[in-house]
Amino acid sequence: MGTMPLMQENSGGRQRAPAYRRVLPWIEIALLVAAIPLPWLVEDFWILFATKVLILGLLAISFDMVWGFGGIMSFGQALFFGVAGYTAALIATKLDVTSVLVLLPTAAVTGLLSALVLAIIVILGRRPTTVVFVALGTLTGSYVVERLARGWSYVGGQNGISSLPRLTIGGVEIEEGILFYFMALGILATVYVLVRLLMRSQFGLVLAGIRQQESRIAFLGYRVQNYKGVVFSLGGLIAGTAGGMYAFHEGFMGPGQLGPVLSTQVVLYALFGGVGTLIGPIIGVGLIEIMSYALSQYWETGWPIVLGLLLLALVMFRPTGIMGLLVSDRERVGSFGRPKQAADPVAGTRHEAA
Amino acid sequence: MKLLEARAISKVYGSLAALDGVDLYVRANEFHGLIGPNGSGKSTLLKCIAGAEFATSGSIVLAGQDITRATSPTRSRAGLSLKFQITAIFPELSVYDNVLLSVQAGESMAAQIFSSSRRRLDEKVMAFLERFRLDDRRDDLAGVLSHGQQQWLEIAIALAREPKVLLLDEPTAGMSPQERRATGELLAPIRSHCSLLIVEHDLDFIRDICDSLTVLDQGRVVATGSTAEVQKDERVKEAYLANV
Repeated sequence: MGTMPLMQENSGGRQRAPAYRRVLPWIEIALLVAAIPLPWLVEDFWILFATKVLILGLLAISFDMVWGFGGIMSFGQALFFGVAGYTAALIATKLDVTSVLVLLPTAAVTGLLSALVLAIIVILGRRPTTVVFVALGTLTGSYVVERLARGWSYVGGQNGISSLPRLTIGGVEIEEGILFYFMALGILATVYVLVRLLMRSQFGLVLAGIRQQESRIAFLGYRVQNYKGVVFSLGGLIAGTAGGMYAFHEGFMGPGQLGPVLSTQVVLYALFGGVGTLIGPIIGVGLIEIMSYALSQYWETGWPIVLGLLLLALVMFRPTGIMGLLVSDRERVGSFGRPKQAADPVAGTRHEAA
Repeated sequence: MKLLEARAISKVYGSLAALDGVDLYVRANEFHGLIGPNGSGKSTLLKCIAGAEFATSGSIVLAGQDITRATSPTRSRAGLSLKFQITAIFPELSVYDNVLLSVQAGESMAAQIFSSSRRRLDEKVMAFLERFRLDDRRDDLAGVLSHGQQQWLEIAIALAREPKVLLLDEPTAGMSPQERRATGELLAPIRSHCSLLIVEHDLDFIRDICDSLTVLDQGRVVATGSTAEVQKDERVKEAYLANV
């Protein structure tokens, strides 16, 4: 796998760019094909397990978009996830609203607005802020909101909000199981495609520029903070959608879903799977959750130590994560360039957006 | 007509005055050289004009607009473009994408999100690549270009913003004599629509392309005027040329 070697020459004898073998689309298609029949092939427990992985996968995508593409180290993804989940849970319990068409959009908008508020504080200054400042700012935000939730009886304090009703659509309950699984899969696939398109757009090119030369790109006239603010807020929207689904899938929303522990867990999902690939963090969620489950069967108390060491080893020796073993750097960064029709026939076959 | 005016610029770092009341003017369609010994404040002045640093005092006016306290993006949108001393291309992007990044900077964020201007801008990107003899390398990663080609790419990136004034900090550093000559040929045509302020150690290159010069020494202007006048100035010979 990886890049194809050496320069190629076209018929005119000029040097051409090295082509690279595209792996990501095959992995994406393979996973989607495997995910569709899954509920009919496994027991009920594993359908619930897989649904949770899909929901957390959505949360991991939000982090990958923010860090892997936007270059913003956010320890606040759980904040948006949790605030949105709490908001949807409160609306469902206090107002007896169960329609998925109300609750999930509300959760998404809540995630977006929470992220926008935090972005105003830690990102949208007159000058770009540092990675460390944003990391600490988002971590602090996540910590503060968790503490608030733990001490606020209206939102259930330490116990959170439990016994949530099922989501409904047109009067039909969306039970945890096959129906919920396909709703989660549909939302994840849709968000995935939209984020991929955005990251391969001219907007995505600016983000790639910011990641590589943040100080340089301001001299081209780009207001870096605005681009980061948009990505950060969209990340909040996606995390909020995941939070809304999570609350009704688990039937519960607690302070643990708001705080630094889950925020850090999301970072690990992405690092393990491979940041900047979108599919990597989803694979990271699946593998970490399966390993956690399997290890806990053998060593009930000490399994986090084994898992922690595994993650540490991977991050130290393979910072590009699992996907780094399969996907070349060239494919990960990708091309944004010539529209296909504008490129000549020879270049057009090789120079497609990744 | 004075297009760029830097008036009484001072820049102080702690107790060190890097610039002390420097005046500098660049006229429309003029190539202006900024020379001086190492540590004379040339790059600092360029950074103050570009917005990488803020002057401690003084004012900078571009085409009648005061940009003294403006941020770098605002200065860029006002018509100022910069090529850094240390090459600052985007090494993991293709050569084409490097130029596209600059060409599309004037587009709205919505247009960028929907990639609606990509096709329209293609011709412009290719024109810049052809002009800077990089069209054959358009699909290559910018990081694998030779040093000279990277310098050209950065000049192309700076020019693709269609600036009123282009600031170049040592554009020929590390280039072979052939590449230096080619760089002069590449820059000559921009005179029709753009002024140039250039910091350069290669005095032959400066003499060949610049209409006027400002000489700095220890943060102060030693001489300024046409290239021919400044070359004859005894103070310049003492302060700089004799030491080269």
